[in-house]
Amino acid sequence: MSEIVFKAVTKTFRLPRGGEFLAIDTTDLRIEEKEFVAIVGPSGCGKTTLMRMAAGLEFPSSGSVEVGGKRVVGPGPERAVVFQQFALMPWKTVRENIGFGLMCRGAPKAEADAAIGRYIELMGLSGHEDSFPHQLSGGMQQRVAIARAYVMNPAALLMDEPFGALDAQTRIVMQEELVRLARRNPRTVIFITHAVDEAIYLADRVVVMGRKPGRIIETIDIKPLRAEGGWEEMPIEEVMDTPAFTHMRSRIWKLLKAREQAAADH
Amino acid sequence: MAKRNFLGPHGTVLSLGEFWLLTIAGFALFFGAWSLLAWSGWLPPNLLPSPRAVWATLVRLWDNPFAGHVYADHMLASLGRFLMGWAIAVAIGIPLGLLMGWYRLLDEIVTPLFDSIRFVAPLAWVPLAALWFGTGIGGPLLIIFVGSFAPCVISAYRGARLVEPRLVEAAQTLGASGRQVIQHVLVPGAMPSIISGLRVSAGLGWQSLVGSELIVVGAGLGYLMVQGQGNLATDVVIAGMIGIGVVGFAIDVALRGVEAWFRRRWGQTA
Ligand SMILES: Nc1ncnc2c1ncn2[C@@H]1O[C@H](COP(=O)(O)OP(=O)(O)OP(=O)(O)O)[C@@H](O)[C@H]1O
Ligand SMILES: [Mg+2]
Repeated sequence: MSEIVFKAVTKTFRLPRGGEFLAIDTTDLRIEEKEFVAIVGPSGCGKTTLMRMAAGLEFPSSGSVEVGGKRVVGPGPERAVVFQQFALMPWKTVRENIGFGLMCRGAPKAEADAAIGRYIELMGLSGHEDSFPHQLSGGMQQRVAIARAYVMNPAALLMDEPFGALDAQTRIVMQEELVRLARRNPRTVIFITHAVDEAIYLADRVVVMGRKPGRIIETIDIKPLRAEGGWEEMPIEEVMDTPAFTHMRSRIWKLLKAREQAAADH
Repeated sequence: MAKRNFLGPHGTVLSLGEFWLLTIAGFALFFGAWSLLAWSGWLPPNLLPSPRAVWATLVRLWDNPFAGHVYADHMLASLGRFLMGWAIAVAIGIPLGLLMGWYRLLDEIVTPLFDSIRFVAPLAWVPLAALWFGTGIGGPLLIIFVGSFAPCVISAYRGARLVEPRLVEAAQTLGASGRQVIQHVLVPGAMPSIISGLRVSAGLGWQSLVGSELIVVGAGLGYLMVQGQGNLATDVVIAGMIGIGVVGFAIDVALRGVEAWFRRRWGQTA
């Protein structure tokens, strides 16, 4: 059971110089078990904050967040997080970073090594097993961070712009890999991105957020499109050329733009 | 391994050759001035022996006991005493500093006390140490401890504060227990700062040594010097000072090696 439910959630931050800042205004969102939800929205609209509340790293100021019917009281390995800034341990090698969660779980060594090896290969990190993070490029560090979450085989995956630091080619490989992974072994996913294309291609549902204050302005079902268009059998570049896809893209762009206009006029 | 460069004054980069050249030039200048001063007769030899005379004394002290022991034994006695006092300071200071960094309450209880005590110079503890411990081993240990304790606490405290909160969060989302967070995140995260603190504290501890040895009877470089002073043997006093300098420098070089090793491993975070 790993559906994620936000019930009338608000989040205010106390500012260092006094006063409060409303980061998330009354938000309801229900993410079904094994559903893949992408969140798009301008910088500062509260995407990370929303995800951190599901991760148990931040708590709502009012309302509640439940995962699998239980109120979130803290972080846990069944809700793996890919952080926007990677958050790799500088003193651990690639292998140790990826294996950290398995070690905490007390997984048998042989089993852990096999799983780590599999993800090192999958993420194109072969040959860098014993490197330290500072010896890797930003894109490679990001792939380590992704592998570290995948390897836990978590019920829910919370990914904060996980492909942000990747070059275009690697990004496509990672997107297709994520689709494959999601199909083979579906799980509940929150996927934050700035790339509207990516959101449409990957997600069952796209949540569009706006700011001032941060809240959801629309959620859009993509799943029917994907099923009708047979997207899963097509390479990503062809999917992006279909009329259904381009139409969806411009629709989301318009939403974001209208909202920004409104915020600017405010 | 890349070619090693040394940072000269004003940020200029020196090659290894230039580095040694300048180092040797500095020493040559120092010993030249000293020889000149001694040779000029401006100061009598019993107040300022020439470098050559001090060297002869060193050679003599190496084979013939002075103040009960040969030179190397005095050195080892000092070194052993230092290592013991320093080890106690490290063993208490670093955990204390880490805990102060992690627990706000402890920080607020300990810091004011600590801040007022640490301005009492190690030498100012000598009378108290003598009263408490007489001529036992405890006196010098206390003084070396006092000398090296503060930098241990401060560096561990700073290190604990510098650990990125996000790394703790990452570990927690991967299922790390409290103990695992300490072992795999908080301690290694504080390590670079702790290591440079070790170097500073070793330096200060070693500097407190002579003060501590003013009150022991037996052996040690400080003791050798006090005895030299009692015999009006300036050459012995200076020979003792040289030993202190050389051993102190060796300790620093060793710890600098440890520091460099860590910095390489830890990458840019150090
Ligand atoms: N700990 C905090 N204290 C104060 N304000 C915060 C804190 N965390 C976030 N905020 C504020 O809340 C708002 C939302 O931040 P958040 O990081 O969730 O945005 P985001 O949508 O993820 O942006 P980006 O796309 O740039 O990552 C921002 O205005 C930010 O300044
Ligand atoms: Mg963000």
